[in-house]
Amino acid sequence: MNEMTRIAPRAETTIKDWETDQEVRWCPGCGDYAILKAMQRTMPELGADPANTVFVSGIGCSSRFPYYMETYGFHTIHGRAPAIATGLKLANPDLDVWIITGDGDALSIGGNHTMHLLRRNLDCQILLFNNEIYGLTKGQYSPTSREGTRSPSTPYGSVDHPANPCAFALGSGARFVARSIDVHKNLPDQLKAAYAHKGAAFVEIFQNCIVYNKDVFAEFAEKKNAALSQLWLTHGQPMLFGADKDGGGAKGIAVDHATLTLRVVDVADGDWQAAGVIVHDVTNRAVAHMLVEMPFGPFPMALGVIYDDPRPTLEVAVHAQIQAATRGKVPDLQKLVSKGQTWVVEPDGLAH
Amino acid sequence: MATAALDRTDTNTHTPDAIVVRFAGDSGDGMQLTGGQFTLSTALAGNDLATFPDFPAEIRAPQGTLFGVSAFQINFGSSEIDTAGDVPDVLVAMNPAALKTNVGALKEGGLIIADEGEFSKRNLDKAKYETNPLEDGSLAKWQLMKFNISQMTLDAVKPHGLGNKEALRCKNMWTLGLALWMFSRKRQPIIDWLEAKFAGKPDILAANIAALNAGHAFGDTAELSGPMRQYAMPAAPAVPGLYRTVTGAESISLGLVAGAQLAGLPMFFGGYPITPASAILHHLSRLKEYHVTTFQAEDEIAAICAAIGASYAGSLGVTSSSGPGIALKGEAMGLAIMTELPLVIVNSQRGGPSTGLPTKTEQSDLYQAVYGRNGDAPMPVIAARSPADAFDCAIEACRIAVQYMTPVMLLTDGYIANAAEPWKVPDMASYKAFPVEFMGKAQDGGFLPYARDEKLARPWVKPGTPGLMHRIGGIEKALGTGHIDYAPANHQAMTDIRQNKVLGVADSIPDQEVVVGAAGGRLAVVGWGSTYGPIHQAVLRARRNGHDVSHIHIRHIWPTPKNLGALLHSFDHLLVPEMNTGQLKTLLRDQFLVDARPLNKTSGQPFTIAEIEAAIAATLSK
Repeated sequence: MNEMTRIAPRAETTIKDWETDQEVRWCPGCGDYAILKAMQRTMPELGADPANTVFVSGIGCSSRFPYYMETYGFHTIHGRAPAIATGLKLANPDLDVWIITGDGDALSIGGNHTMHLLRRNLDCQILLFNNEIYGLTKGQYSPTSREGTRSPSTPYGSVDHPANPCAFALGSGARFVARSIDVHKNLPDQLKAAYAHKGAAFVEIFQNCIVYNKDVFAEFAEKKNAALSQLWLTHGQPMLFGADKDGGGAKGIAVDHATLTLRVVDVADGDWQAAGVIVHDVTNRAVAHMLVEMPFGPFPMALGVIYDDPRPTLEVAVHAQIQAATRGKVPDLQKLVSKGQTWVVEPDGLAH
Repeated sequence: MATAALDRTDTNTHTPDAIVVRFAGDSGDGMQLTGGQFTLSTALAGNDLATFPDFPAEIRAPQGTLFGVSAFQINFGSSEIDTAGDVPDVLVAMNPAALKTNVGALKEGGLIIADEGEFSKRNLDKAKYETNPLEDGSLAKWQLMKFNISQMTLDAVKPHGLGNKEALRCKNMWTLGLALWMFSRKRQPIIDWLEAKFAGKPDILAANIAALNAGHAFGDTAELSGPMRQYAMPAAPAVPGLYRTVTGAESISLGLVAGAQLAGLPMFFGGYPITPASAILHHLSRLKEYHVTTFQAEDEIAAICAAIGASYAGSLGVTSSSGPGIALKGEAMGLAIMTELPLVIVNSQRGGPSTGLPTKTEQSDLYQAVYGRNGDAPMPVIAARSPADAFDCAIEACRIAVQYMTPVMLLTDGYIANAAEPWKVPDMASYKAFPVEFMGKAQDGGFLPYARDEKLARPWVKPGTPGLMHRIGGIEKALGTGHIDYAPANHQAMTDIRQNKVLGVADSIPDQEVVVGAAGGRLAVVGWGSTYGPIHQAVLRARRNGHDVSHIHIRHIWPTPKNLGALLHSFDHLLVPEMNTGQLKTLLRDQFLVDARPLNKTSGQPFTIAEIEAAIAATLSK
């Protein structure tokens, strides 16, 4: 129970083994379909065992996900999936636990639980499907909606400032933060990295709600905008984007040492060192904070594994303490109830 | 057999069969500690006893103020004791505020022991006394013993080199020493306890022992003059066996551990700090060798949700709180009902609504327990009547939860949680185990996660079991398969099953007994929870006075025992004393169409025997 590596044996499965017989009930064209497929495709590659896998979700469109995975699944109540998952994993640390949540579920009604799950570092994967809207309740603005979002509850536009899921996660002490896009071919890579990380692995997936918030991420998610607006991060590689097919027009991310901020620089002739482009180090927490805070527009959207630096996990610490505290102790119920200062009443009086 | 505190006469000529002592002081004076140790010495002397700790919600309220007074009352005697006593015979008042807030309760002719050293102008002002009550004759109807406890404590601990402030902290040990002398108690168990408590602090240890001895010695000296005298209280007749003192919080914790062990399950306890329920979390967090995992969650909702997650994984999930926290857990209880997972929820009730009276007792969460959820959400509810009874109730809650795959609420209250009483240590071999069998392979004809056994319980399948993967959730389930299903006939059928399953618990519980009196007659006093003591004594007294009255005390609030309706109908009158505005009364009227009459009290204080006795007399005179 206290090893730092996964102990479940590698299972041989195919995509079919991960599909349920249930009819999928998302709107046609919903980004959730792509995420579900990516997940079902990735599980065999991970060597995961369906019987040892549990999907836990809250409430919302994304939270129907467990019904479509042929694993153990628990569709709980709004915002509380992290709390249920915590009890589940503490009770049986050998299970692979995935939490499926949305922007309203994880950051509004369940924000407190998300924060504490991350700071405690429970070993699990948290996939936050961010569509910047409440879909299942028919389109109200959400905690990630941008200022001015018009919705049934904000007919004149929302006035409050949105939350940034990855910044929230890092601020809560997350040791793994990744970002991806529902329909992007790279999504399985982020899922695999999250699974490989021992500890709470937080993945924000931009998900297109085609009914209530269609194409809200198009500026960077659409293929035609991808080159100049997506910064795919790879550990040990320079932070480059924007190059055309011939390598022209390349840009990179550099550090302005005077102000300790990031800036976009042009890279001439592929010489990124000369341009001052920095190399991605997934263990650099300070840079991770800057990457998730980069305002989109002047900067590209940082995608891929932004931060990955494991540290001891909750369930290991809990069980290590239980083992240490119980060493040499034999449970004896009769002894337990007889504890404390006792006295014996004899038939004819009493004795100490 | 029974003690009659009010029947006692002249305490100067012979020793009464019971005595009520109240220690009152500033919340920083250590009165709860003094009371607790006096309780222990009393139990060791073989007296029966009951206690009532009564303290403010503030940890250290401003010194000397009326609202900062902390009190501990103990009733002990040579015969059966069921309540902490209606009126104290002895009041120990450590300052003017303690005197002012408590002297009104003291029996006429009772003894006041006051620390004269604390009756300064400043403290008198804080207690809003215009003149010194120790001097102005206003305490004439009581016997007054005043002496400078503060100064005598300082003198006694002087050789041990403590500062003035630390030295004065030993006042409570001086007072305890005097109390031990008064009732001929041994000092050694207290000294043993001090040695454990102050191990590694030899100066403080020596000072406390010196204060204890000085208070004791003072009794010998003072006996020569004034009303100070020694009482020799013989041991109460009791069933032979091994005894200990136990508080409700302790016995519930032990009962939960025993219940999980009898079920053959590890226990997972999710809690969040709240008065007066936290003590259960504290106790259980030390019992890891009994396969107990405790988890202090980020809030009440997370505490119950983590417990549900653990139950899903195959542990016995338990959560505990008090009224406001239970309100927050409501939605998750519905989830446990819908997903049909075992769960035990302990509610240590306190005065409400909202934050209400955090440290005072009340029984006002019965509606919340039985009815307080969205949807038709039936859940078994059990109520403990005393600290010792809470042990068996906790085991019963565990049994019902695992046998019926349902959350169960165990109701206790602040009084039971904090009060101590002697407890005959149970023989654990006499408890019948109820081992859980998890489903390991599919039923014949294919796996159905919502199949039903003869109790209408569904199978418990642990994630990790090969071949039995399935999905559960709060959304309505299809019969048998558990797939999402909102079809009208299905919801009707599932609602009926959930209701009938919980009603079926009545098949596994004993018939309602009559505690005292006949099963039928003129009047039954029907109670639940911690009103047991005063009702019991009041009924015994009324019967001694020739009245036809019985005492019924209900443990199974929901579902009720199968014979309860017929039993209630066999009485002409029903009187239901409750520390609320009439909640069990409503349930009884609703379920059985009986003319149950309420007797209500919501002052944060338990009923006195006299209050219930008066209501019995009034009912019977109709």
